[in-house]
Amino acid sequence: MKKTMYEKIWDAHVVHEPKGSASILFVDRHLMHEVTSPQAFEGLRIANRPVRNPHSILATMDHCVPTKAADRVSLPDPIGKKQIEVMAQNCADNSINLYDMNNANNGVIHIVVPEHGFVHPGMVVCCGDSHTATHGAFGALAFGIGTSEVEHIMATQTIQQQKSKTMLVKVDGELSEFATAKDIVLAIIGKIGTAGGTGYVIEFAGSAIEALSMEGRMTVCNMAIEGGARAGLIAPDQKTYDFLKGKEFAPQGEYWEQAVAYWESLTTDEGAEYDAVVELAAADIAPQITWGTSPEQVLPVDQAIPDPAQIEDSIKSLAAKSALNYMGLEAGKKMTDFPVDVVFVGSCTNGRIEDFRAAAEMTKGKKVAQGVQAIAVPGSYPVKEQAEKEGLDKIFIDAGWEWREPGCSMCLAMNGDYLQPEQRCASTSNRNFEGRQGKGGRTHLVSPAMAAAAAVEGKFVDLRNWK
Amino acid sequence: MQPYEKHNSVAAVMNRSNVDTDQIIAKQFLKKVERTGFGIHLFHDWRYLEDGSDNPEFELNRPEFKGAKILIAGDNFGCGSSREHAPWSIADYGFNTIISTSYADIFFSNCFKNGILPIKVDAKTLQALMDEVEAEPGISITIDLENQVINTPAGNEITFDVDPFRKETLSKGLDDIGWTLKFEDKIDEFEVKHKQQLPWLWPSA
Ligand code: SF4
Repeated sequence: MKKTMYEKIWDAHVVHEPKGSASILFVDRHLMHEVTSPQAFEGLRIANRPVRNPHSILATMDHCVPTKAADRVSLPDPIGKKQIEVMAQNCADNSINLYDMNNANNGVIHIVVPEHGFVHPGMVVCCGDSHTATHGAFGALAFGIGTSEVEHIMATQTIQQQKSKTMLVKVDGELSEFATAKDIVLAIIGKIGTAGGTGYVIEFAGSAIEALSMEGRMTVCNMAIEGGARAGLIAPDQKTYDFLKGKEFAPQGEYWEQAVAYWESLTTDEGAEYDAVVELAAADIAPQITWGTSPEQVLPVDQAIPDPAQIEDSIKSLAAKSALNYMGLEAGKKMTDFPVDVVFVGSCTNGRIEDFRAAAEMTKGKKVAQGVQAIAVPGSYPVKEQAEKEGLDKIFIDAGWEWREPGCSMCLAMNGDYLQPEQRCASTSNRNFEGRQGKGGRTHLVSPAMAAAAAVEGKFVDLRNWK
Repeated sequence: MQPYEKHNSVAAVMNRSNVDTDQIIAKQFLKKVERTGFGIHLFHDWRYLEDGSDNPEFELNRPEFKGAKILIAGDNFGCGSSREHAPWSIADYGFNTIISTSYADIFFSNCFKNGILPIKVDAKTLQALMDEVEAEPGISITIDLENQVINTPAGNEITFDVDPFRKETLSKGLDDIGWTLKFEDKIDEFEVKHKQQLPWLWPSA
């Protein structure tokens, strides 16, 4: 039978399929951070169960770590401090490889893991974090889990899973000059909706996806979850192999050729069928911006904010009305009519070197507008180091940006970086839910270039007619 | 986990719909690093007054409902986030059974993972149960998971459905891990084969 990549990976990991219940699936890689793991370790201790395979785990601290250098030493939030200490203890007690706050490899889990080649094509990868889908960029089946499941994997190296349906999202053609991977994925979510992918694993394909760098592919897969999908996948190719080769946890020596041959066998068979297919033309994708409080409330930057009264679906209409109210926006106006107070470049969606290059490109020789706070938070220390090597930090600092230490920061505002009520933020992160970046804060999801241009102008701009 | 056994316990009534996870366990308590000890924070904003003392108006603070193990609640119980802190706090407070007409999906499955039996009954049955308890607050009712039946002092017998797999794990006190570990030999076997096929899989120690 002809199989999709998802089905091949699934079949290669089924340990057992007991009648009348979920399948038991083997887990190759388990990624961990300080917020969703402590209770899992506690559970193991209470039940007196060991961690089955500590080598399958890579851990970091990212969610509640301060991004100001001084605060990283003093740790002003006592509860965050406790979480950090408990994480260190749990990892030490169980021989788990941890890149703690002061480790040269530290950063946001989904940025750190690829930097070391820890995830390979064809693996099953889990993490107590919904944006685990990021690693689908390597052709791995990667998805988020709850705390009980974190414990379950530590104890058994498996997870109980129901098989998902498959969806192919095909993006063909060439992107226009100012459209990026972020715009592709926002446009996809705009098209299918935040529940469009529910019950599915999405495979992204097409010439526009193939043309993306590994960084860009990670951005696309990262947000598969915002389209409701269990995971996102992209077939591995030469770019994937070049990215992995020589990395610390990549297959070494004689194994490399064997591994590549195996990876090449994983791609979807010609003629295999998907349960659903969605197609987009890359050329039609304009720079995107979200206007509401759900990632599906998104539009091309030059279009008018929708009028709830014109939305037929009554539930969507009501949601739009309440979103406009919360966001302090008016239907009929354009997003370029609105000023910004804060600009955030960072997160596991857009916190990689390419993202800072794009933002720096827009910033070079310009200044941050009066009254705007712009913060650049590298996704990891290696990203920070590379950016500094290229002099990007200088470009940001000279323009009036804050150049921070790595962490999740204002993506979820758990670490002391947050918006004040009614502050409007151009953010490169992935969720624009009410209160996500701070109580009453207003988040607009955009690409790094769009965010950086907004910092200069003090309002949103359409990059296509901005010099 | 404790095996879920047949029991006769006090039932408390909470006649509210759409009780969401933020109400069950408020955001400020999520940064704890333990799974235990959430019981005192259950329904915090409803349960305590500004000065920290018990709010006498809140249902669960009624002396008749002291020690209740069964919670009878309105529609769509447990909606909101997927956080497991919600069932943790309910179980830690002492409830092992919830009776309602409907539950949010993730909350429903999280209950079974934490030793709680969420029973679904129709609206009429729920109302009758609430009425019976309200008429004589403090009465105990019997939950028999084995036979999938609820018995009330007034002689009402209510049958309910439960997924056979979940029934087994709950009644044997097998948590999901315990259940999966029944197949440990299969996992061992798979792991050996998997590592033979993909020898580069795990970095050496
Ligand atoms: S950057 Fe944001 S989305 Fe990514 S792991 Fe951190 S909190 Fe989650």
